[in-house]
Amino acid sequence: MNLGLLLLVPLLTAAAIAFSKGKNMPRVIALGGAFVQLLLCVVLLFAYRTAHQVAPAQGMYFETSYPWFASLGINYHTGVDGISIAMMLLTACVVLAGILVSWNMEKQVKEFFFLLTILSGGAYGFFMALDLFLLFFFLEVAVIPKYLLIGIWGSGKKEYSANKLALMLMGGSALVLVGMLGLYYHSATPADGFSLTNLGKQQIPLDVQLFFFPFLFVGFGIFTALFPFHTWVPDGHSSAPTAASMFLAGISMKLGGYGCLRVAAFLMPEAAHFYSGYIVALAAIAILYGAFATMMQTDLKYMNAYSSVSHCGFVLLGIGMLTPSAISGAVIQMVSHGLMTALFFAAIGMIYERTHTRTIKELGGLLKIMPFISTVFFIAGLCSLGLPGFSGFVAEMTVFVGSWQRPEEMYRVATIVACMSIVVTAVYILRATGMSLMGTIKNKAYEELKDATWNEKVAAVVLIGAILVIGITPFYLTHLIDPGTNQIMENINRYISLN
Amino acid sequence: MSSSVLILLLPFISFVVSGIWGRKYLKNFSGILGTVCMLVSFILAASVAYNYFFVTGRVGGQYLGTIPFEMNWLRFTNELSINIGILIDPISVMMLLVVTFISLMVHVYSLGYMKGEERYATYYSFLSLFTFSMLGLVVATNIFQTYVFWELVGVSSFLLIGFYFQKASAVAASKKAFIVTRFADLGFLAGILVLSYYSGSLDFKEIIARYTDPANPHLQAIATASFGGVSALSWALTLIFIGGAGKSAMFPLHIWLPDAMEGPTPVSALIHAATMVVAGVYLVARLFPVYAISCPAALHVVAIVGVISAAFAALIACTQTDIKRVLAYSTMSQIGFMMFALGVSKYGGEEGLGYMASMFHLFTHAVFKALLFLCAGTIIHHVHSNELKDMGGLRKSMPLTHITFLLACLAIAGIPPFAGFFSKEEILSAAFQHDPVIYWAAIATAALTSFYMFRLFFMTFYYDGEKKAEAHGHDDHSAGHSSIAMTGVQVVLAIGAVVAGFVPFGQFVSSDGFALPTHIDISFSVLPVSLSIGGILLAMFFFYKKSDKAIRISEGLGSVFVTLKHKFYIDEIYAFVTKKIIFNLIAAPAAWIDKNIVDGMMNTFAKATEVFSFSLSGWQSGKVQSYAAWFLAGVLSLVLISLYLLQLL
Repeated sequence: MNLGLLLLVPLLTAAAIAFSKGKNMPRVIALGGAFVQLLLCVVLLFAYRTAHQVAPAQGMYFETSYPWFASLGINYHTGVDGISIAMMLLTACVVLAGILVSWNMEKQVKEFFFLLTILSGGAYGFFMALDLFLLFFFLEVAVIPKYLLIGIWGSGKKEYSANKLALMLMGGSALVLVGMLGLYYHSATPADGFSLTNLGKQQIPLDVQLFFFPFLFVGFGIFTALFPFHTWVPDGHSSAPTAASMFLAGISMKLGGYGCLRVAAFLMPEAAHFYSGYIVALAAIAILYGAFATMMQTDLKYMNAYSSVSHCGFVLLGIGMLTPSAISGAVIQMVSHGLMTALFFAAIGMIYERTHTRTIKELGGLLKIMPFISTVFFIAGLCSLGLPGFSGFVAEMTVFVGSWQRPEEMYRVATIVACMSIVVTAVYILRATGMSLMGTIKNKAYEELKDATWNEKVAAVVLIGAILVIGITPFYLTHLIDPGTNQIMENINRYISLN
Repeated sequence: MSSSVLILLLPFISFVVSGIWGRKYLKNFSGILGTVCMLVSFILAASVAYNYFFVTGRVGGQYLGTIPFEMNWLRFTNELSINIGILIDPISVMMLLVVTFISLMVHVYSLGYMKGEERYATYYSFLSLFTFSMLGLVVATNIFQTYVFWELVGVSSFLLIGFYFQKASAVAASKKAFIVTRFADLGFLAGILVLSYYSGSLDFKEIIARYTDPANPHLQAIATASFGGVSALSWALTLIFIGGAGKSAMFPLHIWLPDAMEGPTPVSALIHAATMVVAGVYLVARLFPVYAISCPAALHVVAIVGVISAAFAALIACTQTDIKRVLAYSTMSQIGFMMFALGVSKYGGEEGLGYMASMFHLFTHAVFKALLFLCAGTIIHHVHSNELKDMGGLRKSMPLTHITFLLACLAIAGIPPFAGFFSKEEILSAAFQHDPVIYWAAIATAALTSFYMFRLFFMTFYYDGEKKAEAHGHDDHSAGHSSIAMTGVQVVLAIGAVVAGFVPFGQFVSSDGFALPTHIDISFSVLPVSLSIGGILLAMFFFYKKSDKAIRISEGLGSVFVTLKHKFYIDEIYAFVTKKIIFNLIAAPAAWIDKNIVDGMMNTFAKATEVFSFSLSGWQSGKVQSYAAWFLAGVLSLVLISLYLLQLL
């Protein structure tokens, strides 16, 4: 299968949107494009399964490579493994749901869907890039439109949030760039300098690794809310329009986790091992501290944003532990959190659109008025607190068991700290659902409000369906990502031995 | 094989169907659907039980476990994976029978009790989910499977306790139940992690095999590894027990149970009798060989927590004025009996009497406790109040409930020949053999049990002033008469409360799978039975006729009574810890630090940059090309600096 299709479709969709007119045409085109993307991803999934059966040891599949700036060793080099496919499927689901949720967008409809489609193209490109320069290019494509999305369609202190988000993510990108250039100048031949696959086969000198690993890891880490660089998350998510919040938390934060794993840990395993104690400590702090900070939030979006900080901590914790199941747990958590948080933001958006408030105290008794939306919210909450049957449980447990395989005391403590978050998460989720969905109806005006419309229902069903598939039959996902994590583990084990 | 899978699958189907289509399409049919599913489940469970106990189960005089179905669900490492399967062994089969039977009774009863409820379909959907979760927990082959369903039990109880979600007290109670048990589950999870790290397996069979053989390297590893002077095995088993204690409402994690009555009364019957609260007992029983053979210290913890909970709850029960609260504390007390029975037991043969007694009591308790709660439901339906002061003299208007409630009270008080007598005698004799202190505490608690149960009985059905009788004469016309479904269930359970004790339980369930003869020793029984009768007479003295005797006594007790009435102020202590310490001293500072210090740092950084760049604003030419050049120069110089530094390294 030609991976270029997954870039071509968003590009063509965006072009079509740009030339469309009126209110209806852009959204129909965007929806059609998103649907085709999802379809392509599913086709890709099955193509991968067949290809993997034929050649199980291949590593990357459907590789394409064209010279781009041949003199600098930059190639258009793409390819996927199970992990990338999982991330692409996540992207397709979130984008589809995001477009459906924004169906009744009034303001500058054309531009909105145009930017959203460009974002999705950037994400696909990022997940399939096997050339570091290409990867960086797509990382930027996936950042800049967000500045506009928040700045134009946002709410609250949107200018501040947009600036903050763009500056911090740009800062992260700058660090990533420095790290990449460092690798480039220390590769065996300049021709390999940006090639992820070729660099993976070389042993980069230890001092280079130790020096440049923090650049790459912190740079990507900022995207995935690495403590203490997570502060763009609450403001950015809260000011963004619903679809942008969904995309931001669902996919953008995963770009960071994916980069930490695919680039930083994969290419510099010895440095990853050297710094793993710091990573794990920061991740454990983010998990528990983020969860406690969530408890005190009074705004639903802030609550979910802080909870994202806590949940993305699991991704970094899993990567930092460097055991096979912890890493595969980190990947599952990326997918799971992407779906769950998108669902959460979708539900919050639906509530906000009707009640015009996100303050938990002002809501109340919504379950009576809008049972569907409330159930969606509640399901997202249950997934967030790691209930079996939903994807969150699978992810968290895999991270916990994987982390526990590191017997050193410090890692044990970090694991227990991370485990403690399951209680704190339950507290803030139940507090929020108890106050906003249950209880008596606080505002008489709410009684007139309508439940979800068809587009909102479809969006919710897509995301809930994906969450349930992972939660009830986790073996499909683990079979998909295991070869990828094994390959990363092989690279790590080649140079270091744990325990 | 297929039939045992169906036992689980049917409630699940009922949950999904009623949950999705119930409100719109099925409506009242969802009650029938749920009940029929449960009925079929129960029949299948009965056939599995018959087949296991009488046909295939016993091999060479010993009941062994078989696994008719198992699949790999989630693989963590080569050794550790979650398997979802069905384990058929004496206790799981017994539990299948108990859970499906009690759940069936509750389903049928609810047909009458919940009639006309707006969220009728949702109710049945949740009820089925609850049953499904409990069944999955019971048949678990893998300790992580137990954990999976354990959590599902937790969430279904949350849904059902908070069923009347517009009532603030129901919302608070459901939250409390979930969070307290979640806190305990943290212990369970940590225990699983510790246990599995050394056992190299999450499978019950493997864990038990590896940890009960003294020569096994896995056991030696976990027994020698220690943390804080306590062996890892003790840690693991104690942590797992904390999980069990949370679900089973053992002191001091019991605080959710009395509030859990905020749910519809049939739900309380299900929570208290057959599901949820016995899960902890079942968990300890499931790992019993490991506790008993390799780690008696952890088992001792179980015994002590059990006996404290039993006595503690019985004392509180004497002072409560809400019919469901009294029953809730009685549940906690009876579960305490089951726990310490396990705690005093050893593994194998006669020494394992406590294990058998505990399971036997679980079995009989399920029947009479379900009956007690369903009777209470009928009474509440009748007088529209939970408070004992609104009752009294009900024997005239509710003759059938009067009789069935009496039978249940006799059963729980341990009066022969009712069900509770047989199981409680076994527990007491096990305690007598192994631990005299626990024995005396238990016997005192047993006497207290009959006192508070008959206090409840007399205050409900007798204890009438003239005013009450009139009020009810009027009430009879307006209040809904209990339907056939409700009375029928009461009669069936009452028969159960009379005959359940005659089951030769030791023949089927024992610690090692070999038959254990049940023996009731008359000379041993004299003391407990006479104490129980004494308790009844005392209750009769105080509460048969309305008088101020009880009030005078309680005033005489002064602060002791007040402390009991306030349940030893445990709730207040928890409220202090959560509100004052966790919210105000941990969560609020975390949020504040994040807003002001961590983010403040970023903002200061941004501000500093702004000030700095303002001072350089002359450079702002507005020419994009020159910006790009500067940007490039900046990146390049960053690279150069880092390369330079690298050379120094």
